[in-house]
Amino acid sequence: MPIKTEPFAINFGPFHPSTHGVFRMRTTLDGEVIIDLEPVFGYLHRGIEKLAEGRTYTQNIPFTDRLDYLASMSNNLAYVLAVEKLAGVPVPERAEYLRVIMAELQRIASHLIAVGSLLNDCGAFMTPILYMIREREKILDLFEMVSGQRLTYNYMRIGGVSQDIPDEFLPALEKFVERMPSYIDEYDRLLAENEILLARLKGVGILSKGQAINISASGPVLRGSGVEWDIRKVDPYSVYDRFEFDIPTGTLGDSYDRYRVRIEEMRQSLRIIEQAMKQLPSGAVKTDVPWLMLPPRGEAYAHIESPKGELGFYIVSDNSAKPYRFHIRAPSLINLTALRDMSVGWKIADLIAIFGSIDICMGEVDR
Amino acid sequence: MTIALSGRKIAGKLQEQFPGSIVQSDESSLLVKSEHLLAIATFLKTTPGFDFDYLTSVTAVDYRDYFELVYHLISIEHNHSLVLKVRCHDRENPTVPSVVGVWRGADFQEREIYDLMGIKFEGHPNLKRIVLWEGFQGHPLRKEYKGIYK
Amino acid sequence: MEIDKRHRLHIYSDEELDKNEGEIIELLKAASQQPVPDQDEWLDEQLRRNILVTSVEILLNAARCASLWPVVCFPACCAFEFITTAASRFDISRFGMEIIRASPRQADLMITAGTLTWKNAPNVRRVYDQMAEPKWVIAMGACAISGGIFSGSYSVVPGYNRIIPVDVYVPGCPPRPEALLYGIEQLRRKISSLQFLA
Repeated sequence: MPIKTEPFAINFGPFHPSTHGVFRMRTTLDGEVIIDLEPVFGYLHRGIEKLAEGRTYTQNIPFTDRLDYLASMSNNLAYVLAVEKLAGVPVPERAEYLRVIMAELQRIASHLIAVGSLLNDCGAFMTPILYMIREREKILDLFEMVSGQRLTYNYMRIGGVSQDIPDEFLPALEKFVERMPSYIDEYDRLLAENEILLARLKGVGILSKGQAINISASGPVLRGSGVEWDIRKVDPYSVYDRFEFDIPTGTLGDSYDRYRVRIEEMRQSLRIIEQAMKQLPSGAVKTDVPWLMLPPRGEAYAHIESPKGELGFYIVSDNSAKPYRFHIRAPSLINLTALRDMSVGWKIADLIAIFGSIDICMGEVDR
Repeated sequence: MTIALSGRKIAGKLQEQFPGSIVQSDESSLLVKSEHLLAIATFLKTTPGFDFDYLTSVTAVDYRDYFELVYHLISIEHNHSLVLKVRCHDRENPTVPSVVGVWRGADFQEREIYDLMGIKFEGHPNLKRIVLWEGFQGHPLRKEYKGIYK
Repeated sequence: MEIDKRHRLHIYSDEELDKNEGEIIELLKAASQQPVPDQDEWLDEQLRRNILVTSVEILLNAARCASLWPVVCFPACCAFEFITTAASRFDISRFGMEIIRASPRQADLMITAGTLTWKNAPNVRRVYDQMAEPKWVIAMGACAISGGIFSGSYSVVPGYNRIIPVDVYVPGCPPRPEALLYGIEQLRRKISSLQFLA
């Protein structure tokens, strides 16, 4: 006689240590196997898009810091690029290079946390993330030198950056770039062939190439599925067309590929920083823009390759001092569309690994 | 470099296929009638030469007289982009066809527009509030919303 | 029944083993004719000279503030400053609080690291209610104190003190780890002066 079973609903989150913030998943299980999953958002919806309509263009830069708080520099960059596009503000060459250096350092810092917390969620409690935070602190020290803040930098300005780098910055950066590859090798030795990591990640949460494109995935999620799509290459902004770097891609589209892509991207970022340091010109770092900017009537969409994926700002101006509409194309939110497809059919323990491999930031998902 | 396709040129091609569907077209964007949106979206996605297989972002703007939905499309194969727009003049009960069937990436973004702007998407499989809670009064991103307190 | 001795593989014969066992018993018996002296006998003598008179309050307060266990409450940006405080460089375990509990029932401190929205407010309230008494709350960051730069938004609670009682406020957006550690110090001072048996 077959045993009668019935599906079982488990509410995952919002206060769960592995949800990277306040995120909730309503899962339906058959035994331990996930048969349905519905993500529930909004526990960190702060209404940034509405608040931004009430402030001037410059006043909105601090809001962008608090979107993806692990990649504040990248958010700053995307927003100022959109406003510069809208108002036609030129940017001095030195500022462009500084922006690239900051954005790439930020990518390394963000990927360190992504990899560390993924391993943390997989059960290697605290040890890997302690290693990753050790290096991240070095990057935060560099950021603190230029902006005076550890997390919310507010460094980019419309038409440049807020201030030039101090004299101690470049020697410290050189030292960092020199040492960082050995640290990345250290992670590789510890983790790449680690049997437990392979068992937890390899072949788990597969996202096919076609699916990844159809759900508009971006960043390491898209590249992990084998699509060679990096906005720094396909639509170069700032001065990215002057650097040589590769786009790491995965083959299978599983959690392990996404993890590998992040590790390789850190190496590529170091390559870019090295080239940018060599080419760094001297000169001004900021174009003078009016204190109260009045961009012409119109709209602009600017996008960058943030650590999480394609971060875009769509800004509509009505020729007043405040944006008429301020929309954020958040990569984390859209990458989450893939979560259900990836995790149905897997066990609930795999859900944590799959979720960690997408690498989301709740500040950006809910805004 | 992603090439932004001229809306005017595409409008010419679409005019043959779907007569009367184009409202307005300029160099940067293409404004179509909402009843033709689904057919045009499918056409743009499947026609060789266009292959707009990647929907970057969907958003809505409240222009007080009407709502404007903005679709940023990209073709990964050809590396070109297009901005597609749809207007919705009904303020009481604005409705636009959903493009989730064409690009699944629109799923959460359309739900967000429904939540914050109050535009209904016909044919969306799971249209309910996404970031605010059930029972929230009004739609915050509309211009007449004055729910901000100090 | 005859036991087939060819299959026995022991080095020693049964007789030898029995004899050895008997010897061990005899030896132990001979050595254990007196009771083992009490190791803590000296203590009674010493205690008479070293009595510490204190109140239950001070003893309990000292125990409580020496090992605060925080609960996971990481809604937003400040969470990362809290995590770095707990991690390699700033090392919160110096204060006996490296164990960050996922279950509120095992925690006695809530560090509210991030913006609170009305949608999340019932969950925070519930986590707070589930914590065992005595419990304390540190409001970390501008959002936790007043809503910060998001105060005035339609969905943001202007401060955690609308939902739960707050003991210590740590300003900053986000506060530096040193500031958080200073806030924890302030909380420990508060706990050590607590009077609950008056």
